[in-house]
Amino acid sequence: MIAEIGLAALWLAAALAALQLFAGVLALRQNQDEDGELARLVRPAAMVQALLASLAFLMLMWCFAITDLSVKLVAANSHSLKPILYKVTGTWGNHEGSMLLWVAVMAMSGGLIGWLEKRLPVRTMQATLATQGFVALGFYAFLLLSSNPFERLPIPAPEGQGLNPLLQDIGLALHPPTLYIGYVGLSVAFSFAIGALLTRNVTPEFARVMRPWVLGAWVFLTLGITAGSYWAYYELGWGGWWFWDPVENASLMPWLAATALLHSTSVLAARDALRTWTIMLGVVAFSMSMLGTFLVRSGVLTSVHAFAVDPERGSFILALLAIYIGGSLAIFALRAGTVAEGKRFAMTSREGALVFNNVMLSAILGIVLLGTLYPLLTEAFDIRVSVGPPYFNPVSAIFAVPMFLVMAAGPLMRWREDKPARIQLELAIVGAIILGVLAVVAVLGDYSILAILGLALSAGLAIASFMPLRGRKLARVPLATWGMVLAHFGVAVSLFGMASESAFTTERLSAVTAGESQQVAGWNITLESVDPIAGPNWTAMEARVIAQRGKGEASVMVPQARNFWAPAQATSESALLTRWDGQLYAVIGDSAGVDANGNQRWQLRVWWKPFVTFIWYGGLLIALGGALAIIGRVSTDLKRRRAVLRGTEKRAEAEQLKMEKIDGYGTF
Amino acid sequence: MRALSIALLAAVLAPLAMLGVPLTAQDSLPPAPYAYTQLEDPALEAQAVELMATLRCLTCQSQNIHDSDAPMAGDMRHQVRSRLAAGEEPEAIRQWLIVRYGDYVSYQPEVSSTTWPLFLVPAIIFGFGLLLLFRRLGRKRSDGEGTDRAPTSEESA
Repeated sequence: MIAEIGLAALWLAAALAALQLFAGVLALRQNQDEDGELARLVRPAAMVQALLASLAFLMLMWCFAITDLSVKLVAANSHSLKPILYKVTGTWGNHEGSMLLWVAVMAMSGGLIGWLEKRLPVRTMQATLATQGFVALGFYAFLLLSSNPFERLPIPAPEGQGLNPLLQDIGLALHPPTLYIGYVGLSVAFSFAIGALLTRNVTPEFARVMRPWVLGAWVFLTLGITAGSYWAYYELGWGGWWFWDPVENASLMPWLAATALLHSTSVLAARDALRTWTIMLGVVAFSMSMLGTFLVRSGVLTSVHAFAVDPERGSFILALLAIYIGGSLAIFALRAGTVAEGKRFAMTSREGALVFNNVMLSAILGIVLLGTLYPLLTEAFDIRVSVGPPYFNPVSAIFAVPMFLVMAAGPLMRWREDKPARIQLELAIVGAIILGVLAVVAVLGDYSILAILGLALSAGLAIASFMPLRGRKLARVPLATWGMVLAHFGVAVSLFGMASESAFTTERLSAVTAGESQQVAGWNITLESVDPIAGPNWTAMEARVIAQRGKGEASVMVPQARNFWAPAQATSESALLTRWDGQLYAVIGDSAGVDANGNQRWQLRVWWKPFVTFIWYGGLLIALGGALAIIGRVSTDLKRRRAVLRGTEKRAEAEQLKMEKIDGYGTF
Repeated sequence: MRALSIALLAAVLAPLAMLGVPLTAQDSLPPAPYAYTQLEDPALEAQAVELMATLRCLTCQSQNIHDSDAPMAGDMRHQVRSRLAAGEEPEAIRQWLIVRYGDYVSYQPEVSSTTWPLFLVPAIIFGFGLLLLFRRLGRKRSDGEGTDRAPTSEESA
């Protein structure tokens, strides 16, 4: 029954998406400003669609929670002996479930703007919601026609096949949902951009409406990428935190586009410049989300040939991509000419800096896109090419280094036109810090150029990020400015962590017997014992490792080598010891035979990674900055609108009481 | 995130779901001596790490051999370390591996008949970016649009 309710809800949600599209289109064609019969349906359709899609998702979650083995998806991906947390999170640890989460988030984004966003002109709003319905419709069709998550088995399975043990981790509870909210939340920016383009309403007012939604998606995307990176770091057992893997790139590309978009939106909101550019980025950002979905969900990454053999799902998403990306670019090409580019500005101005960095972000996006797609293209012609960190790091740095330099100076500049001489003191300080660190690090050790540059730029950027506060009364600095300061500081913190990890990590791999000690970067590491233990669906060899720094207090670390039996697979559970200046990372491997005295030896891997945690602290700071900016922008905007409203009210005294009641300016 | 994404992918492609580390393959043979042991000489080991980070594990997905649990990556690490210890140059070892396994084994970017677009396109992006910036920023404001007005609340924020 539960699965059938879910399926019915999904069909109904799809029908409402269709209604949302047609009502919106017809209302637009009728060319009326006031609510017509149909136009009144658009918002409720979006909201009810959100409820139904959420209901469908909850029903699937329920099937997983009670391990309903008559549902094909549950039988293929779950197991009755799994801990309940992983049963529930397993809902989205598979293709169909994650696509259902995708459309549920899409429907909820549409429902939220339908419910809360009342600041835009009616027609723009209708076009926006119609676009949202149009995009959702395609993905509903994909789910219902080729990836039905609620399919029943003719005979219920006696036992499920289990979930990949690497996914049986708290990371699965946090990373996909946050990432998807960001990923799919960008659909709102896409719909707003198309809506504004169709109704010729690309104005600063429009940008102010769109901004909190873009910021919201961007905050979640930042959190999702940060969480995913940390999860990979501790779960995979080798201490790497970013691999330029296609699936990671699929999440990085929308982030780069969204970062450019939110800065460009700010220019449009503040200065009425960069109109077409902002619309373009709104289209590109969500296009990157859809492209990522294609890469991850079509199977094309495992092998282009596997994709060619069973192309149903992949072709379906590819067709959706062609319709949505192609269609939006066509609308853009047709309509962009009617949108004036907006106000002009000088090269040395805040807009100038923002435009420069927008171009740099777009260039990095282009590099990542190229490096991700190129090997897939050549593989189709049976030429296998490897594109990895040795390509991505230096090539993206060509654009990232100038970007960080401009990022340090940009927030100090005035809008429209500024003279560099006005901020020469600040520029001199930042420049001196960067060159100073560069010189010191280069002299002290033999590190890679990128690591040295990263350390120097992070130091300069960290100082520069607080400079916009100089000479201002801190209590009167707007919240949004604090948000910018924190986010920029977060970038510096993260960059410092990355550079430090890459330059200063020390590694110790060894085969040791119980009682034997190793030294790594001032730590004394002793393997005390290795004992078998058992968990709910695994057995493991658990090592007790005593770590002591100099003469300090000794800490116990307990890394495990786990063997899961459903499905049968081995994982390394690393043990982490966090200090303010870094992390000690220990992994126990296989048995390495016996030593001369007949004692059992074990492979022990230990790393000391100075300041590695700063990578993720930085990510959290960036997200926090974004959240502050949302609160600041929304509250300022609401205050301003209330003031305007009050002015109008005074003029229309007779209507005053009524106006108070329908003071419909939502919370966003 | 790579192996996690592989895991996510594997879960998607259920019949192929053994992309991780199957137990049987791992236990059948003891790993080669230098698979999990560093070289004594720190300078040589640093060279080994640098080289291993640019070599692809052929049985994994988007993983280098320096951080992979796959048995084959262990064997390749052993090859790299023992050959370095025997006095071979890192690039000679890379060439030896390329001869055996093809260009695919190396992540080191090299311009060749199959990879030139990877270098041409960034150059074009660079040129295009410069052009865009010059067109947008290079010329002085010619029109006086919006020059004389008070800053909005947004601008002074």
